[in-house]
Amino acid sequence: MRPYTFARARSVRQALANAGEGTAFLAGGTTLVDLMKLEVMSPEHVVDINRLPLGGIRHDRDGLHIGALERMSDVAADDTVRRHYPVIAQALELSASGQLRNMASIGGNLLQRTRCGYFRDVSTPCNKREPGSGCSALTGFNRMHAILGTSDACVATHASDLAVALVALGAEVRLTSGRGDRAVPLETFYTLPGGTPEVENVLRPGELVTGVTVPRSAWAAHSTYLKIRDRQSYEFALSSAAVALETRGRTIKQARIAVGGMGTRPWRLTSVERALAGKPATADTYESAVRRAADGASTLEHNEFKPALLRRTLVRALTALQEQA
Amino acid sequence: MNPDDDAGHSGSGVSRRGFLGGGVVAAAAAAPLVVTAADATPAAAAEADELVTVRVAVNGDPVTMRVDPRATLLDTLRDKLELTGTKKGCDRGQCGACTVHVDGRRVLSCLTLAATTDDRAVTTIEGLADGDRLHPMQEAFIEHDGFQCGFCTPGQIMSAVAMVDEGHAGSDDEIREGMSGNICRCSAYPSIVSAIKDAREAMR
Ligand SMILES: Cc1cc2nc3c(=O)[nH]c(=O)nc-3n(C[C@H](O)[C@H](O)[C@H](O)COP(=O)(O)OP(=O)(O)OC[C@H]3O[C@@H](n4cnc5c(N)ncnc54)[C@H](O)[C@@H]3O)c2cc1C
Ligand code: SF4
Ligand code: FES
Ligand code: FES
Repeated sequence: MRPYTFARARSVRQALANAGEGTAFLAGGTTLVDLMKLEVMSPEHVVDINRLPLGGIRHDRDGLHIGALERMSDVAADDTVRRHYPVIAQALELSASGQLRNMASIGGNLLQRTRCGYFRDVSTPCNKREPGSGCSALTGFNRMHAILGTSDACVATHASDLAVALVALGAEVRLTSGRGDRAVPLETFYTLPGGTPEVENVLRPGELVTGVTVPRSAWAAHSTYLKIRDRQSYEFALSSAAVALETRGRTIKQARIAVGGMGTRPWRLTSVERALAGKPATADTYESAVRRAADGASTLEHNEFKPALLRRTLVRALTALQEQA
Repeated sequence: MNPDDDAGHSGSGVSRRGFLGGGVVAAAAAAPLVVTAADATPAAAAEADELVTVRVAVNGDPVTMRVDPRATLLDTLRDKLELTGTKKGCDRGQCGACTVHVDGRRVLSCLTLAATTDDRAVTTIEGLADGDRLHPMQEAFIEHDGFQCGFCTPGQIMSAVAMVDEGHAGSDDEIREGMSGNICRCSAYPSIVSAIKDAREAMR
């Protein structure tokens, strides 16, 4: 690990003072400490934000507000979240392990880095870690890699399960910096790799995530998260789907759908949403709605199975949700 | 950024008995983890490598120490506090061998910086027994042969105790899911599940 200065922030103002390029905020540390050890991340200043008043889970007219420092385990266990936003609780419970969920914060979760093995291995070329060095995954082992939103420079997936659920529900992330507060829809918070895979989101240097807001909706309460992975638990998604439906009787009024393990960012599927709207909630509807879900995908040597897996994941998630109803 | 140290912490040195006991080994970090320096961290932005004062209760004992900001709780426990019951498996958050409790919650000490444990209470496997009386979870692991080589066992036990406290040890499936963060290379899983079921009753 490279040397850095360490400071404990006691207020948001104190955390923001002097924060900029070279500063890393430390929440649960489950990404940051790991990557600092590997020297994939080497900040000059580490600011411990764990004492900041950025906790709390609140439900009001506007929706659900979750503080950036709430821990994954506490959010997953929250009654309001479980009842009104089940897809969030499920995405969290299917993430990482009991120990990690106790440590990891909501803000840190959204900012976790890709699990691409080459990104984590400083002895191999990686454009995300070292711009211009090349992408080892293009010709290397790329079974886990993305098929949507990829570029010649990077094909890494975004690894957060929570982000997939939040994108499906149209959540906003709340940010603050010396320049003031702002809220950004999570879907556009994340950027595509293009020619600059080292840039992953629109967070400015020194900007702090203060929380997320999930709007009230007619579909959030009728939602589910399905995660397909190489082992039953404690593993990242090979494929996942967050599905939320507003139904009237047997008819789907509106659908919200995002998938994980497929895109370079959490991937909303508006085409599938449109294909479901107004249709009866039946197996036939699901099969035909997902037919074109992977349009535009580009597969790599080891992940040619992903378009089919994407369609099956969606059908299974929709079927499971229907069975819960 | 303001100073990371409370004035009240400064100059306390190391207070735990036997703390600087012979043959203290340097941890992964380059600078010594513990010093008896009497100086407080300057009020201005700290220099890189500057030691950080931490006051933490370890198994009920108050400890004041100066740590390298890069030192993990795991290395600090093992190399400085000589509490080697907590094991280092992967050092990457992937195996659970290093599981301890911080303020009663199970966490991975390999991904916890010691510098963040100021004012916290840490419990390790050494602190689980009540004097000579083993914790019911320890008893149950012995009773059910919940291990072979034993390397993962401290982590398994610390994780299991917290999981039962969390109320996530209902069915066998729930136990397996709740314990999935603890890998056992010897695959003692069936006996671990039996041990936890037994201890769960004893812990009521
Ligand atoms: C073995 C393992 C398995 C895992 N499995 C899964 C999984 O299945 N699904 C999943 O979704 N995740 C998984 N994770 C990832 C885990 O969820 C993330 O590491 C965690 O959520 C990050 O949160 P943290 O609080 O620990 O972040 P930190 O490590 O503290 O921070 C992460 C990044 O965000 C920045 N940051 C943190 N908080 C803020 C803030 N408030 N404002 C601005 N910047 C901030 C930090 O500077 C850093 O760059 C796994 C991790 C491990 C180690
Ligand atoms: S896929 Fe992206 S993260 Fe992985 S090696 Fe290529 S550039 Fe790096
Ligand atoms: S040593 Fe901490 S999880 Fe493996
Ligand atoms: S008993 Fe050997 S690793 Fe679990």
